[in-house]
Amino acid sequence: MVAGTPLLLATTGEVICERSGILNLGVEGVMAMGAVVAFIVTMTTGHPWLGVLAALAAGMMFSIIHAFASITLQANQVVSGLAMTMLGLGLSGMLGKPYVGKPLSIKMEDWVIPYLSDIPYLGEILFSQGPFFYIAIFLALGSWFLLERTRLGIQIRSTGENPKATETQGINVFKLKYLSVIIGGGFSALAGAHLSISYSKSWIEGMTAGRGWIAIALTIFALWNPARAIWAAFLFGGIFVVQYLLQPLGISPNFLAMLPYFATLLILLLMSLKDPKKLNAPAMLGESYKSGER
Amino acid sequence: MKKIQRLEMRAISKSFHGIHANKDINLCVESGEILGLLGENGAGKTTLMNILYGLYQPDSGQIKINGKTIQINNPVESINQGIGMVHQHFMLVQNHSVIENIALGYKDTPFFFPKIKIRDKVEQFSKQFDFHIDVTKKIWQLSAGEQQRVEIIKALLNGADLLILDEPTSVLTPQEIKELIAILREMKAKGHMIIFISHKLDEIMDICDRVLVLQKGQIVGDADTKDTDKKSLARMMVGRDIVFNTTKEKLTKGKKNLSVENITVIGDKGLLAVKNISFELFKNEIFGIAGVSGNGQRELAEAITGIRPISSGKVKMNGKDITNKSPRYIYDRGVSHVPEERIRFGIAPGLFLYDNAILKQHHLKKFSKRYFLKYNQVKNHTKTIINEFKVSAHSINSQIRNLSGGNIQKLILGREISEQPQLLVASHPTYGLDVGATEFLRKHLLNLRRQGSAVLLFSEDLEEIFELCDRVAVIFDGEFMAVLNSDDKRFSDIGLMMAGSKRIDPMERKE
Amino acid sequence: MIKIKTTDRYNITTLRSFMTIILSLLAALVVISIIFLIAGANPVYAISEIFLGSFGSYYGIKETITKAIPLILIGSGLTLAFRAKFWNIGAEGQMLMGAIFATWTGLTFGEALPSYLIIPLIFLAGFIGGGLWGIIPAILKIKYSINEVISTLMLNYICAEFLTMLIVGPWKGKTRFGFPGTNNLPDSAILGLIPGSRIHYATLILAIICAIVLSVIIYKTRFGYEARVVGENPEAGKYAGINFLKTSLILMAISGGLAGLAGVGEVAGIHHYLGYPASISSGYGFTAIIVAWLAKLNPLYAVVSGIFFAGILVGGDAIQISLGLPAATVEIVNGTLLIFLIMGDYFLNNKITLRFSYGTKDSLKIGIK
Repeated sequence: MVAGTPLLLATTGEVICERSGILNLGVEGVMAMGAVVAFIVTMTTGHPWLGVLAALAAGMMFSIIHAFASITLQANQVVSGLAMTMLGLGLSGMLGKPYVGKPLSIKMEDWVIPYLSDIPYLGEILFSQGPFFYIAIFLALGSWFLLERTRLGIQIRSTGENPKATETQGINVFKLKYLSVIIGGGFSALAGAHLSISYSKSWIEGMTAGRGWIAIALTIFALWNPARAIWAAFLFGGIFVVQYLLQPLGISPNFLAMLPYFATLLILLLMSLKDPKKLNAPAMLGESYKSGER
Repeated sequence: MKKIQRLEMRAISKSFHGIHANKDINLCVESGEILGLLGENGAGKTTLMNILYGLYQPDSGQIKINGKTIQINNPVESINQGIGMVHQHFMLVQNHSVIENIALGYKDTPFFFPKIKIRDKVEQFSKQFDFHIDVTKKIWQLSAGEQQRVEIIKALLNGADLLILDEPTSVLTPQEIKELIAILREMKAKGHMIIFISHKLDEIMDICDRVLVLQKGQIVGDADTKDTDKKSLARMMVGRDIVFNTTKEKLTKGKKNLSVENITVIGDKGLLAVKNISFELFKNEIFGIAGVSGNGQRELAEAITGIRPISSGKVKMNGKDITNKSPRYIYDRGVSHVPEERIRFGIAPGLFLYDNAILKQHHLKKFSKRYFLKYNQVKNHTKTIINEFKVSAHSINSQIRNLSGGNIQKLILGREISEQPQLLVASHPTYGLDVGATEFLRKHLLNLRRQGSAVLLFSEDLEEIFELCDRVAVIFDGEFMAVLNSDDKRFSDIGLMMAGSKRIDPMERKE
Repeated sequence: MIKIKTTDRYNITTLRSFMTIILSLLAALVVISIIFLIAGANPVYAISEIFLGSFGSYYGIKETITKAIPLILIGSGLTLAFRAKFWNIGAEGQMLMGAIFATWTGLTFGEALPSYLIIPLIFLAGFIGGGLWGIIPAILKIKYSINEVISTLMLNYICAEFLTMLIVGPWKGKTRFGFPGTNNLPDSAILGLIPGSRIHYATLILAIICAIVLSVIIYKTRFGYEARVVGENPEAGKYAGINFLKTSLILMAISGGLAGLAGVGEVAGIHHYLGYPASISSGYGFTAIIVAWLAKLNPLYAVVSGIFFAGILVGGDAIQISLGLPAATVEIVNGTLLIFLIMGDYFLNNKITLRFSYGTKDSLKIGIK
């Protein structure tokens, strides 16, 4: 469960971003930035929630770079995203250096929901978790609601499908794309924050361990639907955990470590076999859009 | 009380890259009036309307509503003023439902649960004008006529008094055109004003009260439709007399060239696009396939040229089976193709002119030796094409995307014809070309015919079909409604055939 | 009021391209300096240290060339892949796979064969290994529409784990400083070095030859032409009768194979044994992406670009020691450079004019020189 949380947060963010038509491959970098900022701020101020907010802000600001490059400058989104990953991993490594190995003594208390958590077995799993878990689910469901049931959602989705049509209705396509990228970045940063202050309570370079990339794969797996992302993320979280469960059985730990990545490929393979047309990708995903004047 | 009683555009001018798209245009339209804007492709009609709709800003001139000068800086302001526009290429999101598309355009869409809340309003509007649309359907599931109606609803919902329609009938069947005309007359009776852009004389004469003729960005004619006739309008539009019937030389049909036997082809959405079509082509002949775009033409062309798989049936070229062979194999058997969407399929935009000039021919011995390309040959070949087909370009070393659409088309045509194909499949080859280029292209098609090739011509332009073709087939919903000689009198019903209402059994053929 | 107008630029001259790159790099330099300041280092000192460290001494130059070898190899391979818009970010894994194949070949046959036989063999093995690992994502993309960014990336991780599995398991040899690894390669399989340096000249020559060959392939052969068409407009490629599967397989085999060669170079030339993945590939696969981009996807330019980035790596090592900056600094430098290069492209393709509201005075600003 816990392992899936950062995946859910990052995936939800990427879904919003991609639905507006922008591919953000920098999730790994944004996550790392979120993690390091959250850790540092929490360490220094002693307030984990400040750390969370700081991470959110940091992620959003960091994403502006990618947004600017992809939207205003219409640069190649793949390369821009990769640059963000490098920058993010690098910057976070640099900022975090003095903090490596220092354990975080401040804990984020689990939120125990009364009554519901007393349900045997299920209650323990679902209703007494760290706060990030609830935040993640809330944000995922909220995003779903936003995309499907509000006017803004229609606008965002239309931007990803047909920006020209959307613009002719007088809607500012650029603003929407920026908004989506920034929100997406913020969520990914939250995922990082979870990793550093809730999951492992420490900072080390490379702690994101490819989760950002898996989140990108999960957006496809979840068919760009944040609600689906919930069980997709936790399915994968489970695979991460299975590693540790199977270890005592004597199976090579490296082989187990391969599992999440293998699983990603496997699932994408199965999806494509089932439905070769991938009808759900936003039609203009990854394409640069030039406004108006022909 | 209508918002707009009278709209005026005064001395509007607009240039792009130094070319005048609109020059000193004066226009006015009043409540309850249908004004036609007539002109060829590129005359400046769409530009003018885009200015009115707020997508472009005029370089000079003013817009006045009810006598007051106003500024329209973007579509939102235009909508607020009571102007609505239905574009030639619908501005709809294919994957979304009707309701979602309307919600996108409607300015008073509520933030929460928009779909549910505006549904009633939409259905109310639909009833008013007798539209019957299932609002939950996705756009791609609707017919062109229905999609257009969604666009109209969008405009009306926002309170449009002036409705601008840009080439609205280009995608409609004759039946749908009749329905549209009825709707427009209804709106006119209610006091709306309509600007109807078209290049089709019949429609303008039929529907509009007045007509403005544009040529090369300027107004060259202004008349009430009851006071003028087709010929005068046509002359104003082109600047010279159009001959409506050219005579092409009579040629005896040569040997059988292409043979299509009972083929079925599946389209993009998984449905059958071509249903059991059979026909034969002969040398020295141009065979035309007429029909509204979207009835299987593209799939048929792609199937014959090897881009799309054929589910059943056979295609043979000179007796050899080319069913489902690779595009290259088919090309090597003498079949050339000028594709429908030439920019999308025909060129590699970022590559240079000479790279594109051999796009389909690069594997031929004369351009490549083993693994290497003989660039000298390639460049010479390119120069030949440019000269022969009068492609205007700075140099063959410039990127092809810098050329105008017409020139790109000429290059593609030159490329495809250069190898003396036995069969040329031409999909809407003159679409979007100016008069000069169109004439040029048609001349070349006739040349090919004279030289012994066969031409399979797909076109929506009936004038073109009858001018060029020896035999004509009408396609509707993936089937041939009729296959007749082009001078067959039964083609007076071609409108019905194109709409699927009339079918002529091959056995009935007068031969 | 300032109005910004952008228009397409039609004629992009080589000079303009070059100037834009220089400007982008300078701009990046400014930002990097700021970052250095924040990190508490004197930017002028830091940057000069980087250049001195890599080009200012004999030792520096030798190290730079050593590091440039894999970058040139992988970078030129990437120019081919990227031109076909095949985003190969799996060069790390391809490198490792090449190293694995080469090590196996070296350990198994090295004892029995003389140098002039075994060395070509290990390079061949490396090429095959990397090529195979590169073909997999190509198949996945064509047959199963799996996005190559994800597949190449996942394969990186998988290969890394696979390698670790080998060196702690069946291939375990002597341990060094507590880190696992295979046994040393037999002497015959070890690449000769230019005396006094760590430059394994065989691979260096190979790298330059590959860059030249690749350049010929891209611009002069039918295959290169087809790859470029596919990258520009896949629809046109289909129409032109280009076989996507064949083209993608070949280009990924080449790109992966070249990365594999780089892997061989690292193992047989520098380490002489197969150890932890990170020590073998050292992020070369990712850095090579920027190398290719800076080279504007031209394999010949990749040689220069490779040397440039190798310099940054070496210089980065230098300031780590002298200024105590973390290893991640290099990533920051790379990332910033890449971002500014991308942004520079925009100014190259578009003319920017600023117009001031009073009067019609047009003032030309950035991008027009």
